[in-house]
Amino acid sequence: MTAPLVDVRDLVKHYPGERGLLGLGRPRPAVRAVDGVSFAIAAGKTLGLVGESGSGKSTVGRTILRLQQATAGRVLFDGADVFALGATPLRALRRRMQIVFQDPYSSLNPRMTVAQTLREPLEIHSLAAPGEMDARLRALLNEVGLDPAFADRYPHALSGGQRQRVGIARALSVEPQFVVCDEPVSALDVSVQAQVLNLLADLQQKRRLTYLFIAHDLAVVRHIADDVAVMYLGRIVERAPAAAIYSAPRHPYTHALLSAVPQPDPKAAKARIVLAGDVPSPAHPPPGCPFHPRCPHPKKNERCRTEVPALRPVATGHFAACHFAEEPM
Amino acid sequence: MTEPLLRVRDLKTYFVTERGSGTARAVDGVSFDLYPGETLGLVGESGCGKTVTSLSILRLIPEPPGHIRAGSVIEFDGRNLLALAAPDLRAIRGNQIAMIFQEPMTSLNPVFTVGDQIAEAAVIHQRLARKAARARAIEMLTLVGIPDPEERVDHYPHQLSGGMRQRVMIAMALVCGPKVLIADEPTTALDVTIQAQILELLDRLQQELGMAVLLITHDLGVVAGQADRVVVMYAGQVVETAPTAALFDRPLHPYTEGLMAAVPRIDAPRSRLVAIPGQVPAATAWPSGCRFHPRCPYAWAKCTLEEPPLLDDGSTGHAARCWLLQEPARRTRA
Repeated sequence: MTAPLVDVRDLVKHYPGERGLLGLGRPRPAVRAVDGVSFAIAAGKTLGLVGESGSGKSTVGRTILRLQQATAGRVLFDGADVFALGATPLRALRRRMQIVFQDPYSSLNPRMTVAQTLREPLEIHSLAAPGEMDARLRALLNEVGLDPAFADRYPHALSGGQRQRVGIARALSVEPQFVVCDEPVSALDVSVQAQVLNLLADLQQKRRLTYLFIAHDLAVVRHIADDVAVMYLGRIVERAPAAAIYSAPRHPYTHALLSAVPQPDPKAAKARIVLAGDVPSPAHPPPGCPFHPRCPHPKKNERCRTEVPALRPVATGHFAACHFAEEPM
Repeated sequence: MTEPLLRVRDLKTYFVTERGSGTARAVDGVSFDLYPGETLGLVGESGCGKTVTSLSILRLIPEPPGHIRAGSVIEFDGRNLLALAAPDLRAIRGNQIAMIFQEPMTSLNPVFTVGDQIAEAAVIHQRLARKAARARAIEMLTLVGIPDPEERVDHYPHQLSGGMRQRVMIAMALVCGPKVLIADEPTTALDVTIQAQILELLDRLQQELGMAVLLITHDLGVVAGQADRVVVMYAGQVVETAPTAALFDRPLHPYTEGLMAAVPRIDAPRSRLVAIPGQVPAATAWPSGCRFHPRCPYAWAKCTLEEPPLLDDGSTGHAARCWLLQEPARRTRA
């Protein structure tokens, strides 16, 4: 087996608790946004990282790229230790790892035209001679399905879908191998969302890209991911090939999450599992299994309240962190 | 046949845009009925006019820049809301017709306790005294499934989670026992497990209280699970209306058909999504003829010139604004 392109090991990101007003009083407990996350993505594949607000999924994406400093853990990119690199090799590496953000409204500079936005990374990384810049920009815009006439427009004159295409073009301009897609379609309407998902799939094929696709929408992830990891309170609770996770989830949280997705089919039986309560705060995670206060599993017992279940293999390529993951649901 | 509770006829809500770039015809001749006890889903993408329609019903459109055109009718219990004087309208708004909004954080007042906000409508409309108002607020919190209601009644919105805030919003809306509840994207800002809780709650409350619900959403999944009938909007118009089962069985309008093909699903084999090309046009310049024709895979010359009316397909209550209903043989892609 070949080494994976991206290899994340025991990634931890804690935000220190702040003291109260004027720096007095006891510090608040640290927010454990990411609490020991490991996964690997093979070249040309897509890992879908799924979770609800506050699960830590976006923080994982950002710490991998060193947009935020990790508290602990390692990330190997094509064998290189990302967290150990100095400024110069890091910049060279950044060319190979890019990110597409959720909100196409706030992630483009409103004072820069599309051409200026796309030219900047090419200039920083000296990837195009001045004479060939225009041709490069035209090719990029074509590739993401935008008319080259858009080059001179400002973001406010673009629709949400067009802005997201510009965001994708900006990420692709430096010819990365790996792209973190952080909720890239969740701000878009359904009809445009399908266009952008198809575009991402086409670009992956053509450029043999590797994606970390972060999303809260399980149906969207199903359409793009080869493998899926489900996060809850800073941990991965289940990870498996996409087909397995959708047809035979082993963790009760995944099971509930899948059942709660509204189906566009009035005949679909309403078998939704309604979880009680809210997601606990990552500053005060429950003891034992972090999911136990909301868990509907019939066999839930004392062990769940005291012992953190390990993420362990339960079938080929299928990992789950539930004390009962070996038994069928 | 029962009489509709709410009749909307030829509603036109226009906005004058800044810098004189024209008039945005956000809602442009919308008609539908809402019957007692039913859930009517109003579906469409951003900019189709669904929220402006709901705000127009309660006359919450800021004027200027907006105005509801003469000739529009919104009839509730036999009275045209658009012709009512302000005090008469206030007697209905929040009392007999109530509304919940998408964003529970921005639609709750941060400086009042949730108890005060829930009871406000009952104090105004039913002249409840202080003590009775507090008791009513606690009763409403219990009804919407908030634990420890005696304690929560004195909390401020920032002390509650997103799902709890939406429950408080629902309690506020239902405190006077309205006949109509307008729910504008009530679960869009919520996570999927919390969305499931709120949808379940709305189901239960409708069964217990029997109000009619106008459910505004962009999510076909939510509509499929909640609505009895559906109105699909595009470019300020109703393009299709049908009983929910019929709509999903056999969408007649190419836009509805396109939306259904574009939705990623977790229950079907993985396949390439069928996207609708292009984007929703601007409300200041709707296309000529059928407003969907630039994005329609079936459009022919007539569609670019003549605007289709809502055409019946012969079955009860299913109609679409599309010339294909007269020329079904043309439903083949070029």
